[in-house]
Amino acid sequence: MGLVVKFGSIEIEFRKRATRPRYLAYLVPFVAVIVALLVGSVLLLSEGVDPLTAYLALFNTAFGNPYSLSETIVKAIPLMLAALGTAITFLAGFWNIGAEGQLQMGALAATWVTLTFSGLPSFVIIPWTMFVAFAVGGVWGMIPAFFKVKLGMDEILTTLMMNYVAILAVTYFIYGPWRDPAAYGNPRTQLVAESARIPAILGTRIHLTLFVAIGIAVLLYWVLRRTKFGLEIRIIGGNKDAAKYAGINLFKNLLLVTLVGGGIAALAGMGEVSGLYYCLPKSFSPGYGYTAVVVAWLARLNPLAIPVSAFLFGGLLNGGYGIQMVFAVPIALVNAIQALVLFFVLALSIFYEYNIIVRRRR
Amino acid sequence: MVQDIIVGFLSTSIAVGTSLLLGAIGEIFAERSGVMNLGVEGMMIMGALSGFLTLTLTNDPWIATLVATLVGGVMSLIHAVLSVTLRANQILSGLALTMFGVGVSGTLGRSLLGVSAKGLPVVPIPVLSEIPYIGPILFQHDPITYISYIAVPVAWVVLFKTEFGLTVRAVGEDPGVADSLGINVYRTRYVCIFIGGLLSGLAGAFLSVAYARMWIEGMTAGRGWIVIVITIFSMWNPVRAVVGAFLFGGVTTLSFIFQGLGVGIPAEVLLMMPYLFTIAVLLVVSQEAVRKRISAPTSMYKPYVRGER
Repeated sequence: MGLVVKFGSIEIEFRKRATRPRYLAYLVPFVAVIVALLVGSVLLLSEGVDPLTAYLALFNTAFGNPYSLSETIVKAIPLMLAALGTAITFLAGFWNIGAEGQLQMGALAATWVTLTFSGLPSFVIIPWTMFVAFAVGGVWGMIPAFFKVKLGMDEILTTLMMNYVAILAVTYFIYGPWRDPAAYGNPRTQLVAESARIPAILGTRIHLTLFVAIGIAVLLYWVLRRTKFGLEIRIIGGNKDAAKYAGINLFKNLLLVTLVGGGIAALAGMGEVSGLYYCLPKSFSPGYGYTAVVVAWLARLNPLAIPVSAFLFGGLLNGGYGIQMVFAVPIALVNAIQALVLFFVLALSIFYEYNIIVRRRR
Repeated sequence: MVQDIIVGFLSTSIAVGTSLLLGAIGEIFAERSGVMNLGVEGMMIMGALSGFLTLTLTNDPWIATLVATLVGGVMSLIHAVLSVTLRANQILSGLALTMFGVGVSGTLGRSLLGVSAKGLPVVPIPVLSEIPYIGPILFQHDPITYISYIAVPVAWVVLFKTEFGLTVRAVGEDPGVADSLGINVYRTRYVCIFIGGLLSGLAGAFLSVAYARMWIEGMTAGRGWIVIVITIFSMWNPVRAVVGAFLFGGVTTLSFIFQGLGVGIPAEVLLMMPYLFTIAVLLVVSQEAVRKRISAPTSMYKPYVRGER
């Protein structure tokens, strides 16, 4: 007998599962997204928009034709990278909400490299930009881990506060020293030299960062499953004390995992600068780093599921921009729906651990 | 002249600190019962929106304040259901609540942009407001600020001098033992989370109904996160939260003043000040907590399941 909760004549029993059925890993995210959209329709109604029409338009803008699909993938690229960076730190039990700041720092670093070394040929400058962005974002991501281990500081708050600092730093450079005098209405930096641009698939805006992201997803999956580092990360995430007894170096592993996580998230910002906008524009990220938390959790932190989850949320974002134009629904609605997805994933996750039996009391 | 500036600065710091203080007292209750709620930012902004919306509809700032408070309370119940009943991860559930509040308020608040309304007035307290220096600093504010003054001793007495307070602390430290003593762990946590929601909603009403008297998208500007920091700074004690709230109120006010003066420091650097200060405070407090061996309520982050450890 598990725990029994009674409401009048109805009994709800939580019975701990002995095994976890595989189908739940697919069913839970699916149901969560559907229910989130249903609840989100209340918001659409309150804005005087017919939910069915709006959702159809959203779906069409997101996945309806080759162009829509390509634009959805464009949005999925930064989400994928930021979510991969977030997921590995979560797996280590480190609650890093700092992907937004890390990708902002990555974009800043990428802009610096492309502006400073504009004369270099492509095969030198693109890897060099990637390396510098990865390093800067990685170090930015490591700071909270250092504070956590050495001083006992709560990483959630440190990472969040550093996001605000990073966004303001980017704003400073766009409006200040790096502002392109030729750009009047929309403040941005100077355009990146042709040689420093990451090529895109012909006829679309899908830059090749996509394949870097997918490669990283596969690599992370392998690292987590097959290497000592991956094993240690998962042990730390499961139980810190057990990890200590097993002789695992917490400090070294946390620094390493946040370096890698921050670096991967930073590539999201680098991709936007070198692959999409060819400059550092004002507010280039609609909160990719925060959406990444939802993307990662919907994928249950599985690196191979993250590309799928990122594609879905890329579609939601892309479709959201679409219905914003047609129905004048603010893009904030998309944030609300993202939050609803997370609510329902969390709520339904109880089915992973427990079998819930509802019955009428005699 | 200099005195006027200092009095003005301290008075504004108190006003800016009000929302932080109310939010922090609420979060202290939630965390004392063993549940961290990272949704303060979301509840606060929904309080601000619903308060201002009600104000434009009814022209009654008191009804507006009440509605905002209740909206904060109702939102906190989402977190309670998820983290207490459904045993979901508290960190993610709280984050989702913040994202939800920011998203919904951004969606529903568009029609209110640029609207102004007559909110809660400044009510000088007779006699007390006449005291030189202290009067203008402490007793020439709006009613919600006075409520925050009263909330501090009330919260302290409830937490440390009543049976309910003892129950809350017992649940936060060891829910298993509390349960075996016949305490309803789930109900206690629900009540504490709800108190947190009500106070966050009230803090939101302060921002839109009493302080700014208008709706600005994202007007909480990270105050909900600072509330969480103040909760740690306070060592989960409402009286210490006062110091934290007015310290942060002061730093925010200073960054406004410097911007107004145009001292040649870029605006972005000044805007970073409160966030950098937050990190610095967190650093110092963490050290202090380690030295004094004070830690967050032991059961925090862990959902309670009877019969499971």
